[in-house]
Amino acid sequence: MKERLRELEQEAIEKVTTANSLQALQDVRIEYLGKKGPITEVLRGMGKLSAEERPVIGALANEVRAAIQTNIEEKQDYLQQQALEAKLAEETIDVTLPGRPVKRGNAHPLTQIIEEIEDLFIGMGYTIAEGPEVETDRYNFEMLNLPKGHPARDMQDSFYISEETLLRTHTSPVQARTMEAHKGKGPVKIICPGKVYRRDADDATHSHQFTQIEGLVVDKDIRMTDLKGTLDVFAKRMFGEDRSIRLRPSFFPFTEPSVEMDISCKMCDGKGCSVCKGTGWIEILGAGMVHPNVLEMAGFDSNEYTGFAFGMGPERIAMLKYGIEDIRNFYGNDQRFLHQFHRPSEEGGR
Amino acid sequence: MLVSLEWLQQYVDLSGLTPEELAEKVTRTGIEVEGVRHLDDGVKEVVVGYVQACEPHPNADHLNKCTVDIGGTEPVQIICGAPNVAQGQRVAVAKVGAKLPGGVKIKRAKLRGEVSEGMICSLQELGVDGKVVPKDVEEGIYVFPESAQIGEDALAILGLRDTVIELGLTPNRSDCLSMMGVAYEVGAIVNRSIDLPTPTQTDVATGEFAGKHITVTVDATEDNPLYVAKLVRNVTIGPSPLWLQNRLRAAGIRPHNNIVDITNYVLLEYGQPLHAFDYDRFGSKQILVRRANDGEEIVTLDDEKRTLTSEHLVITNGTEPVAVAGVMGGANSEVTAETTTVLLESALFAGGPIRAASKALGLRSEASSRFEKGVDPNRVEEAAERAAQLMVELAGGEVLEGSVIEDHRTDEPRVITVPADKVNRVLGTEISPSDMVALLERLQLPTEASEGTLTVKAPTRRGDLVIEEDVIEEIGRLYGYDNFSYTLPRGEATPGGLTPYQKKRRLVKRAMEEAGLTEAITYSLTSEKLATAFALQQAETTKLSLPMSEERKVLRQSLLPGLLEVAQYNIARSQHNVALYEIGRVFLQEKAGQLPTETERLAVLITGKWTSHDWQAEVKETDFYVAKGLVTHVFAQLGISREVRFEQGKVEGFHPGRTAQILLGSEVIGTIGQLHPSEEAARDLKATYVAEVDLETLLNADLSSLGYEPIPRYPAVTRDVALVVDESVSAGTLRTIIEKTGGKLLEAVYLFDLYDGEHMEKGKKSIAFSLTYLNRDRTLTDEEVTKAHEAIVNAVKEQTDATVRGA
Repeated sequence: MKERLRELEQEAIEKVTTANSLQALQDVRIEYLGKKGPITEVLRGMGKLSAEERPVIGALANEVRAAIQTNIEEKQDYLQQQALEAKLAEETIDVTLPGRPVKRGNAHPLTQIIEEIEDLFIGMGYTIAEGPEVETDRYNFEMLNLPKGHPARDMQDSFYISEETLLRTHTSPVQARTMEAHKGKGPVKIICPGKVYRRDADDATHSHQFTQIEGLVVDKDIRMTDLKGTLDVFAKRMFGEDRSIRLRPSFFPFTEPSVEMDISCKMCDGKGCSVCKGTGWIEILGAGMVHPNVLEMAGFDSNEYTGFAFGMGPERIAMLKYGIEDIRNFYGNDQRFLHQFHRPSEEGGR
Repeated sequence: MLVSLEWLQQYVDLSGLTPEELAEKVTRTGIEVEGVRHLDDGVKEVVVGYVQACEPHPNADHLNKCTVDIGGTEPVQIICGAPNVAQGQRVAVAKVGAKLPGGVKIKRAKLRGEVSEGMICSLQELGVDGKVVPKDVEEGIYVFPESAQIGEDALAILGLRDTVIELGLTPNRSDCLSMMGVAYEVGAIVNRSIDLPTPTQTDVATGEFAGKHITVTVDATEDNPLYVAKLVRNVTIGPSPLWLQNRLRAAGIRPHNNIVDITNYVLLEYGQPLHAFDYDRFGSKQILVRRANDGEEIVTLDDEKRTLTSEHLVITNGTEPVAVAGVMGGANSEVTAETTTVLLESALFAGGPIRAASKALGLRSEASSRFEKGVDPNRVEEAAERAAQLMVELAGGEVLEGSVIEDHRTDEPRVITVPADKVNRVLGTEISPSDMVALLERLQLPTEASEGTLTVKAPTRRGDLVIEEDVIEEIGRLYGYDNFSYTLPRGEATPGGLTPYQKKRRLVKRAMEEAGLTEAITYSLTSEKLATAFALQQAETTKLSLPMSEERKVLRQSLLPGLLEVAQYNIARSQHNVALYEIGRVFLQEKAGQLPTETERLAVLITGKWTSHDWQAEVKETDFYVAKGLVTHVFAQLGISREVRFEQGKVEGFHPGRTAQILLGSEVIGTIGQLHPSEEAARDLKATYVAEVDLETLLNADLSSLGYEPIPRYPAVTRDVALVVDESVSAGTLRTIIEKTGGKLLEAVYLFDLYDGEHMEKGKKSIAFSLTYLNRDRTLTDEEVTKAHEAIVNAVKEQTDATVRGA
């Protein structure tokens, strides 16, 4: 019987080895370990054995059964693994096909510039003030030290609606309105962005509608060095830490002293190139100390309060930043223009 | 203002400074230098030549063969095409090897068989702007006076070795509209002393008083506070000397004749406009200055007939106008080649009537722009003396004794006092009072400091210095803004930030962009017709009083016409898929004549494919529901989507069956729909879906804050139902019934299918909902769900005659 068992073990292991599918393996299991299998049969014939032999054969039969069982399990793991690998190999995809595009639009480049400037100054304690685009002569001119007949009114030919109302020519009336609302009490710290209008024929460098962003600080003890420091922070954040600024004398009716601010040219690092017309500097904005007449007209005591103001054109900044050659692009809204101001995901990767 | 450095050098020592260095200093401390121009422009080897002989070219009609002495051992032969070349002339010759502007090189050449060794040049060929070339040589070569030495550098004689800097003057700095003013400024900037000319006594015709031959009466003394007249007789009209012509040209003024050139020269030198009348053609012996009569006419120097009004000031001979004061002289009294006696006018005119006249007549001149900005009253008389002196020197004239002066000036001297500590307080500097005085004295502003206060006597030439801050600016800029430190405002901290409205507006923008729309910014001004098109509400229009064009005349009342133009523009450029939004103001005037109400709108426009063709996805054309999804996304971001309803509506310009009004509560806040096909056709658009919503109402609605509820501990149960109803029953109606009858257990309603295909009875459709039931306190029993679900289905059946599909 011993021999018979060993033979069966040998036979079964051979069949396991040759079994090439899970089904064939299952057949081997049923054939040898099933209720009708030869080992069971051997065990059934144990009654004929002596009491000494019985446990020996029994133990052997269990040993053989376990050996076959282990063999089958190992083979089964192997075959399962193989089947899985085959299946996964079949599932292989082309990873270079494009991904599903994410549809996304973007903000207008002027909005992006304006929001960047807003956020920069919000971080420095400013709030954002807005006002009407149709203004009265009083807020647009008179309260800014531009009385009727003032020669500087020629600087900005205006779209009048009636004798007393016009499309605002700058965002400065928002400054006048905000100061007035403060009823002579500081501090005032605002940024005023918005659309403005001038009676210019549209061409590459002129637009009858454009945007401005202005800043105003009024408090006791505001100094011109504060203006310089503030503009330096702005220039470095907006145009890069390695930029420097210079202030040059200029003239605006609503500030005295008045300056213009240049930044060192990024293209040539101040050495002089075609972008900066050889000067090494690029004009960015106008600024100055708020004219005492402007403070007084808005209800501030100019002996007690001083202030600074600055203003710039987001179009100009965008044109410099991106090298845009024609201001009309901002208002033509050609999608091939607009879509350049974000990182497109449409292509889906490669 | 164009400043010749050769001229300026006469007043201020500029040695040791290159023009570029000077320009940089002037820009940083005073006035922006907009350009530095070296007049020779790289031109080399151009000399004075003498035309010894000039005969027609044997083989060409319009060419001459000239023999020219250019100072060498032998004369050279030059072929010249200029019509005015002649024997005996002294001309500018570009020698073989010479360089002309634009890198042109002169080589030995053969022209129609004749050798040409050089080129006889016009001024334009030497780089002179045609606008300042004297009229008589405009069409030909330049001819030098006898005094020019053969072989001499022609550029030097023509003043083209000079450098000109262009000052970009701001309106307050009219003091620098004169070489003397520039000298004060530059002297202060480079910190060197200045040396200005003073006219010498020129009253040669002793005993002959000008007052005997001319009288002056000023009727409008406010418009003309000071009038000075002088008479110069026996002048000989001719060309001015080259040095003077050169300086005029450098300043951008065309030389004419000695008398006119002298008035222009003194204009540049003193900043004082002068006018020369021909005394014999003046028509009387009296000058009367008065306002013009309405409709009064004058023929000006440019032979144009001008009609005047009472806003304009005129110089008359007692009966008729002879000049529009400060703007342009009359043709009737113009100096001509035959003039022998000059009546010279030097006057102070107020800016107002000059501006009115130059604007109305379209005449802006060197003179008018100076009067508009203000001239120095103290130079009026001196300028007249200076011009008379030059007329003696350069035109052989004789000045009659004295000037006829009408002086009605009332200006008080301006004395400005400033506490020195205020200067430092405003500037943020620590400049000592004595240093302040030193800085102001560099500008030749008489200043005293005592007990910490500066007292500045503002000279009349600096009309811009009026208040303390004007003085503070002078100190600051001369001290140097570069020397200022960098500080930030001290004082109480202010919390910065956006208002809730501004925050929500940004939220809407980002929501639109994330959903696939790109922001457009269009013009607020539009045509009369488009201003009210698609407007959400009726209002009066706001019109410009003086528009530049019909297209930009009226303020818009809707953003849609502008966005439609953008769509058209893009499609015309093969950008067929357009997906844009805009946030901007519309202008609604309640009553004509009032300020319009400005309110912000959100507009959306989509056309073409929404999802483009790609290897995986289906192409999807835009439709109403894409547009509705976009605006719903905005409402959801604002937390108000449950309060917003869409109601089938009819709106002008929109597709009658594919348009909805958008309601917040009971208020109409917007429109959404397909553009009316006839509107589409008019614009060459395919199906285009647009929406416009009143953003202010939206953003001012309370934003429901995000709330937290514990995650349900018990499972929800979902039951689907497909309801067959008449086509006329809307999905919205069904949803309302379901939500109303659903009670507390109904957690969510989701419409997942619409079927009206071939298996459906005609006139019917099936709408399928997935209804989710949940009890947060315990597990729902099957009976409870069934009861709630049946109640809903029964309510729908009752109210809409629906049947349940598949039941």
